[in-house]
Amino acid sequence: MADVVIIENGRHERNYWGDIWRYRELFYVLAWRDVAVRYKQTVIGASWALIRPFLTMVVFTMVFSRIAKLPSDAAVPYPLMVFVGTLAWTFFSTGLTDAANSMIGNSNLISKIYFPRLIVPIAAVVVAFADFLIAFGLLLGMMIWYRFLPSWHALFFPFFVVAGIAATVGPSLWITALNVKYRDFRIIVPFIVQLGLYVSPVGFSSNIVPEKWRLLYSLNPVVGVIDGCRWSLLGSDIYLPGMAVSFAVIVLSMWLGVRQFRATEKSFADLI
Amino acid sequence: MTAVITVENLSKRYLLGHRAAQANHSPDASLRDAIMRTARNATRKTGDLMKGREVVHGDTIEEFWALRDINFEVKEGEVLGLIGRNGAGKSTLLKVLSRITEPTKGRVTLRGRVASLLEVGTGFHPELSGRENIFLNGAILGMSRVDIRKKFDEIVAFSEVEKFLDTPVKRYSSGMYVRLAFAVAAHMEPEILIVDEVLAVGDAAFQAKCMGKMSSVASENRTVLFVSHNMGAIKTLTTRSLLLQSGTITADADSETVIEKYLLTTLDARAKALKAKDLEGFRRGRHYDNPPASIVEINIASTNDDPDTLPEVELGSDFTVEICLDVESPILAGDLCVVLMNSQGERVTSLVASDKVQGLSLRPGENVVKLSVKDLFLAPGRYFADVSLDPMIDGKSCDAIFDYPLLTVVNHGQVTHALNRPWGSVYSKDARWSVTQKIEDIAATGT
Repeated sequence: MADVVIIENGRHERNYWGDIWRYRELFYVLAWRDVAVRYKQTVIGASWALIRPFLTMVVFTMVFSRIAKLPSDAAVPYPLMVFVGTLAWTFFSTGLTDAANSMIGNSNLISKIYFPRLIVPIAAVVVAFADFLIAFGLLLGMMIWYRFLPSWHALFFPFFVVAGIAATVGPSLWITALNVKYRDFRIIVPFIVQLGLYVSPVGFSSNIVPEKWRLLYSLNPVVGVIDGCRWSLLGSDIYLPGMAVSFAVIVLSMWLGVRQFRATEKSFADLI
Repeated sequence: MTAVITVENLSKRYLLGHRAAQANHSPDASLRDAIMRTARNATRKTGDLMKGREVVHGDTIEEFWALRDINFEVKEGEVLGLIGRNGAGKSTLLKVLSRITEPTKGRVTLRGRVASLLEVGTGFHPELSGRENIFLNGAILGMSRVDIRKKFDEIVAFSEVEKFLDTPVKRYSSGMYVRLAFAVAAHMEPEILIVDEVLAVGDAAFQAKCMGKMSSVASENRTVLFVSHNMGAIKTLTTRSLLLQSGTITADADSETVIEKYLLTTLDARAKALKAKDLEGFRRGRHYDNPPASIVEINIASTNDDPDTLPEVELGSDFTVEICLDVESPILAGDLCVVLMNSQGERVTSLVASDKVQGLSLRPGENVVKLSVKDLFLAPGRYFADVSLDPMIDGKSCDAIFDYPLLTVVNHGQVTHALNRPWGSVYSKDARWSVTQKIEDIAATGT
């Protein structure tokens, strides 16, 4: 007979990543389901993925540029700068929120069927990424509207997208794992997202942050991602030490997230 | 034949947290004590959280062994029944076997792909169409897309929902939903199939279809582990069964012997339930959300109320079943069904209220329903009842009690019966015997 499965305490740990590979088909299907279901029974469907970042951009441009009179990065139209920030932030915040609730939303699956639990929050991040791609189309449209041509830096953009995914996945896994047992995080997550919008350089350029605070400011991993995207697409200035700090935080949060998730996922079925 | 499932010394422990009982209620519990306790717990919980250990709420922690030293083997092509009362550990065992939760000790070896039907329709998404759900559910149950595509037509034909394939399943009737879900599950081809209580759903015709599918799975040399409260189904589908009692296997033999033993264990549970006025142990594992009414007591009228002995009914006499219902919100037309079973788990008869009356009108508070059985004479022996209460028009399912020991029919010498002849289940009170002789023949030989 083909495959022999042995179930023992702690055995699961050893074939962890191999198991995820074997269940890749379920991962595709879950991600497809979440994308397919996301805009069911809505009137304007996937346009929501455009409207939310667009309106955020309009409001932030008004508040930060017109009212607060904050400067833009060199020669970049303010709305364009805000939109790149909004794009990255919307991806991070939807990914985090959806992933945090993904385990509870799939509790009937978790308590009845075995599969590597990791694929559930990752599938939720994939859905947020689909929204990101739609909104990215709008960004290209805006660049044409403003007749803005990115420089060769744009070649690095995919790298910052990957960094953005990592910056989302790390904290998401950590919070997802805790949210299964401590529903406190259902309250904490919207709060993080709400505050984070103002703490991260979404509506303004991080170059206006005073020099002596910039390293500290870069502890927020989203700062590195947004700055990187602006640098590669819009040619904004880049502050390398800050970038290094952000990336270190991303790697660390990824490691912490995976570790926390693996330590607790065995008991998900008992707790959910 | 090789063993497909081998379970060795399997144990599973859960940690339960308790609050110190007296500290919360005693009037002189000081605020300082409460603060001290909270602080101590918070320190412990934070410590556990930091070390990645399981965090348990409460002041004291108790270990609870849901399974303890389980050993058994299942051979290829065998259909094994798993019987036990609520909380005996059946679900935990299935969860370990289907890898949903890890065992604390011991080891399980599975040779082949395992698919579990812990509940049909797991993972169905209401917003997606029937077609999309077949693919989704198939993937969740471990089928590849190629497999599903190959079997798609077969699944659709089995489920009888062709016309509604592109309708979101949230618009399906519950019957259609269950049929589609079972169809997907029935068409995956695992070496080991774990089935838990699926046969409780759907109409009679569909249940028969499911039974057929299950026995065909077994005849294809696949192994089935079958858990059910329906002793009749266990008896027809399985040859061997295990009896689980508080986490240990207390019987491993042919199904008939095990069923008999299981029904005997319910006697103790009945005594406990009567003393506590709580039938919880007889409810099916599945619980209803806020049922409008529940069954609180079942008894035979005008017998002694000693909880330790089963009510006795004289052979050939009428009896009345009293069912106490605790009603929360009024039910205009309720339907009660009492199924009587003998001690081998075979159904003797089912008595359904809606066969005789338009529906029972139940008002909030305690209601006692009396069922007088006038012309049914049971043979001597123990009898068990499944009692279910449901509203006849929409409304939610209320309650269902399983394998409740109802009565013993005794023969205090009124009827003499040949000792070596088994009684069977029914007794005919008015059977008449007569002899007719063919006179002509006698006359012919006489002259």
